[in-house]
Amino acid sequence: MKEQIEKIKENSVQEISKAENLQQLNDLKVKYLGKKGELTAVLRGMGGLTPEERPIIGSLVNEVRDELEKIIKEKEEKFEKEELNKKLESEKIDITLPSTKIKRGSLHPVNRIIEDIEDLFVSMGYDVVTGPELETDEYCFERLNLPKGHPARDMQDSFYINSEYLLRTQTSAVQARTMMANTEKTPIRMITAGKTYRREDDATHSHQFNQIEGLVVDYKERNVSLADLKGTLEVFVRKIIGANLDLRFRPSYFPFTEPSYEVDVTCFKCGGKGCNLCKQTGWIEVLGAGIVHPNVLEMNGYDPEKFGGFAFGTGIDRLAMFRYGITDMRYLYANDVRFLNQFDRKDEE
Amino acid sequence: MKLSLNFVKDYVSLDDNIDIHDLAEKMTKAGNEYDTAEKLINATNLIIGEIKECKPHPDSDHLHLCKVDIGKETLNIVCGAPNAREGIKVIVAQVGAELPGDFKIKKGIIRGQESNGMLCALYEIGIDKKFLSEADKNGIHELPQDAPVGGDPIKYMGLDDAVVDFELTANRGDLLSILGMAYELGAIYNKKVNPVEINYKEVGNDVNNEFKVEIETKNCKLFLAKKAKNVTIKESPDFIKNRLIASGIRPINNVVDISNYVMLEVGQPLHFYDADNLGDKILVRQAKNEEKLTTLDNIERTLTENDIVITDGKKAIGLAGVMGGLDTEVEETTKNIVIESAIFDSVKVRMTSNKILRSEASNRFEKGLDPARTYMAMDRACTLLEKYADAEIVTGIVKYDVTDNKEKVIEISYKEINDVLGTNISKEDIVEVFRKLDFKTEVKDESVVVIVPTRRIDISIRADLIEEVGRIYGVDNIQGKLPVVPMRIGHLDKTTRKIRQKMSNMGLNETLSYILINDKDVHKFTTDDFEEIKLLDPITEDRNTLRYSIIPSLYKIYQYNKARENKNVCLFEIGKGFWKKQEQYGENQKISVLMTGEYYTGIGHSKNVDFYDIKGVTEELLNFLGYEGRYSFVLPKNMPEEFHPGQTAEISVNNDIVGIVGRIHPSVEKEDVYVMEINLDKLLEKRVGKMKFKEISKFPTIKKDIAVLVSKDITSKEIETLIKKKAGKLLLNIKVFDVYEGKNIDDNKRSIAYSLTFGTPDRTLNDDEINSILENIIKDLENKGIEIRK
Repeated sequence: MKEQIEKIKENSVQEISKAENLQQLNDLKVKYLGKKGELTAVLRGMGGLTPEERPIIGSLVNEVRDELEKIIKEKEEKFEKEELNKKLESEKIDITLPSTKIKRGSLHPVNRIIEDIEDLFVSMGYDVVTGPELETDEYCFERLNLPKGHPARDMQDSFYINSEYLLRTQTSAVQARTMMANTEKTPIRMITAGKTYRREDDATHSHQFNQIEGLVVDYKERNVSLADLKGTLEVFVRKIIGANLDLRFRPSYFPFTEPSYEVDVTCFKCGGKGCNLCKQTGWIEVLGAGIVHPNVLEMNGYDPEKFGGFAFGTGIDRLAMFRYGITDMRYLYANDVRFLNQFDRKDEE
Repeated sequence: MKLSLNFVKDYVSLDDNIDIHDLAEKMTKAGNEYDTAEKLINATNLIIGEIKECKPHPDSDHLHLCKVDIGKETLNIVCGAPNAREGIKVIVAQVGAELPGDFKIKKGIIRGQESNGMLCALYEIGIDKKFLSEADKNGIHELPQDAPVGGDPIKYMGLDDAVVDFELTANRGDLLSILGMAYELGAIYNKKVNPVEINYKEVGNDVNNEFKVEIETKNCKLFLAKKAKNVTIKESPDFIKNRLIASGIRPINNVVDISNYVMLEVGQPLHFYDADNLGDKILVRQAKNEEKLTTLDNIERTLTENDIVITDGKKAIGLAGVMGGLDTEVEETTKNIVIESAIFDSVKVRMTSNKILRSEASNRFEKGLDPARTYMAMDRACTLLEKYADAEIVTGIVKYDVTDNKEKVIEISYKEINDVLGTNISKEDIVEVFRKLDFKTEVKDESVVVIVPTRRIDISIRADLIEEVGRIYGVDNIQGKLPVVPMRIGHLDKTTRKIRQKMSNMGLNETLSYILINDKDVHKFTTDDFEEIKLLDPITEDRNTLRYSIIPSLYKIYQYNKARENKNVCLFEIGKGFWKKQEQYGENQKISVLMTGEYYTGIGHSKNVDFYDIKGVTEELLNFLGYEGRYSFVLPKNMPEEFHPGQTAEISVNNDIVGIVGRIHPSVEKEDVYVMEINLDKLLEKRVGKMKFKEISKFPTIKKDIAVLVSKDITSKEIETLIKKKAGKLLLNIKVFDVYEGKNIDDNKRSIAYSLTFGTPDRTLNDDEINSILENIIKDLENKGIEIRK
């Protein structure tokens, strides 16, 4: 019987080593290890053995069975692996082909700057407010100390729709609205941004453009001063336009502030050396600002003996052009998608 | 205002070698911005020469061969000027000279003849032709015989001047004069201002005996008239001509030039009338409507009652503050003149000049004048007329004066000045500023009383004095700081910016378009009832009306891109739309979307935008804003002509129409272009509850499908409504998962398949109850004639 077992082992090992695929391997498994398999048959025939022989033969059969199972398994795994590799090979794709894309959107450069400016001033305690674009002469001019016939109105050739209404020439109109809306006459810190309109249209002036305007009104004893205005605008310029820029305050004239200043910033293009953008002066005029005129406070219900403050305003379009290196103002309003698509990512921090 | 350095040096003693750019920069820092600062004549290497010999060029019919003595040598120069001749003194540009316009003089051969320089006309050395006499326009300049050969012609002619062109602010009318500039420079350079020379004799009987002035309008507060007799009309002396030229005014003759010279000097416009054409009276009144007047420039003007006119009692002879009349013009033959020095209402003059003509005079009237200068100008004119036009000044002055011209007295505390400026300037330094400005002061312990001279009409309140201190002390000397105020966090409504972010994340490009559009487009893409708002004075017809909807703006942008082969255009914009209804004006915040071309792109499954894409974008926006379950898309009651009638829906939220979405009508746009607009103001006033967590059901749901075969006239929404009604509360969700029309189905029918999800948060449903619900639904649909596909 021993010989018989040895024979089965020898035959089966040889056959298994010759198996070429999972199917053949399975067949051999049935042939030798199955219920009717050869090795099983040997076990069945153990009835004729002596009690002494049985354990010896039994353990021999088990030994062979274990060994066969082991080599079949190894072979099985090998075949499975081969098969999987074949499948993977067949599923290979060209990963350099283009992806599936949903169209990418973008945010307009002007609105990006507006958000940054709003966030900066909100962090300094300013409320963001809005006002109408179709404004009354009263709020756009009269309540800002610009009575009818005032020569400074010439600086702002306007789009009137009748004797009363016009497209606002300046976001300053929101100053008056904010002061009038504050019926408690409490201190104000506000910023407002939006579209403004003037009756001019050439290579450097669009009839529609964007401004941002800030106003601080507080109790006189808190001494909101020109020095505070200077410091505030230094923060604004260095945070929004460029960290290394210098500011130059030039006395000027606006009817709604007294004293009034135009604020120049180191030329962004040449860094102050002088170039065609700054007309060789090294400075670019960026902001208008000043101490709120007592008449403006009074006309909007604040007692100028008790309140004081400052106001400032700037055009945003040019800031956007500078930040993104936009070479022509007209790009901002043409809305060519080849332009818009370039503003499709987050701004660097 | 062009400032002649020579002119202002009459009144303030600036260093001879003062740097013109330094002066301009200092003035800028004091609030007087400049445009240009340069020498009057920008030419080098000029020398006075005398033509010793002048022969015709052998090979030319107009050139001359000149031998020119320039002192150190005699030069051969070829010259083409018709007036070149022996014996005249001329301006010679030597070899190496640089003339304006980057013109360099080199040794040359002109038609075979050597030429070592150039004989110059005045316009060649930089004087604009408009200032020149006919002779000087057409030839080289002839210097007087006393001109020293070998000398500097610029110096000799008195043209060694420098000019700063200032862009003055609207409040500083006082700086539209040399005298005003002198005070300003005096404050900056700490120099005293010299008095204006006034010195003339008066002759004969009092002028009031022969001449009257009557004022019949409240728009003239001050009117002075004097007479000058027996004037000699001739050319002005060089210094007057040169200073006029430097200031941008053309010299004409001594009398006219004096009126301009005095205006430049003291800032008060004057007018001279030919007394013999005027009569014995001046009457100032408002013009009559349609009244005619021919002004000095020989143009007939039609006036209105808003214009102020000077008349001789019968007819208009001058447009007050703007320009004189032709009839009483001072001419070569004029003997006797009437001098007018007056103040007219600045606003009225401004309105007239805006309408008719802006002049040097109107510019000054508009900004306001100092009555003291009105008197001073009269005296100064008399002084110069006597000196340079041999005039005999008639005794006395005809005067109408209802001005109330007092010096303003303002008291201000040192503390207030420092509080407003945020500085710590000493009392002495503050007082020093006013001294430099030549303001009289009364110094007290805590405050200073400032007597503001009448020339400074811009100063009337304390804030104005604070400005002066800031200006002259120097704003550069003020250290910036941040306000010390109670801490707070500013308020910012982020709705709009979150919408913008959302739209951009859905693949749309944010645009920024013009709100002004053509009136032809304003009622497009809407049937809303409103009146368009047109500009009174548009720049172009294409931008003459305020838009109501943003869609016309986006459609224009689409067309712009299409013309540039940009085919995939998906845009959005948030902006205002404007309307007028029953004399009421209003504006609304709106959001518009335009989509066309490919939305998804990928190999084998690129997809062009269709209605359901833009509907999806719309739903995403509404869901994002919290309106999920509260909106529906309904067939428009009134279909705007520009929309495709079969592919357009109104957007209804809480059964209120807030917008429209659809395809642009093929007769408007051949390509498939889809647009959407929502009135954000109207939408956002519908309140949304707080975002709150809902418990997730622990029990399984059951899914069932129903497919129906219905006429195409019946909308999916109608069937959904029927199903929902019968399904009751257990129906969590209903979704269309397939729509089929075509083969094996009647032409007018389509099949729609719905997937229904049932569930309840408190228990597991059993199949039987759902099946019975389903049977009810099917029965109900069949009763309504809807075929169920099995």
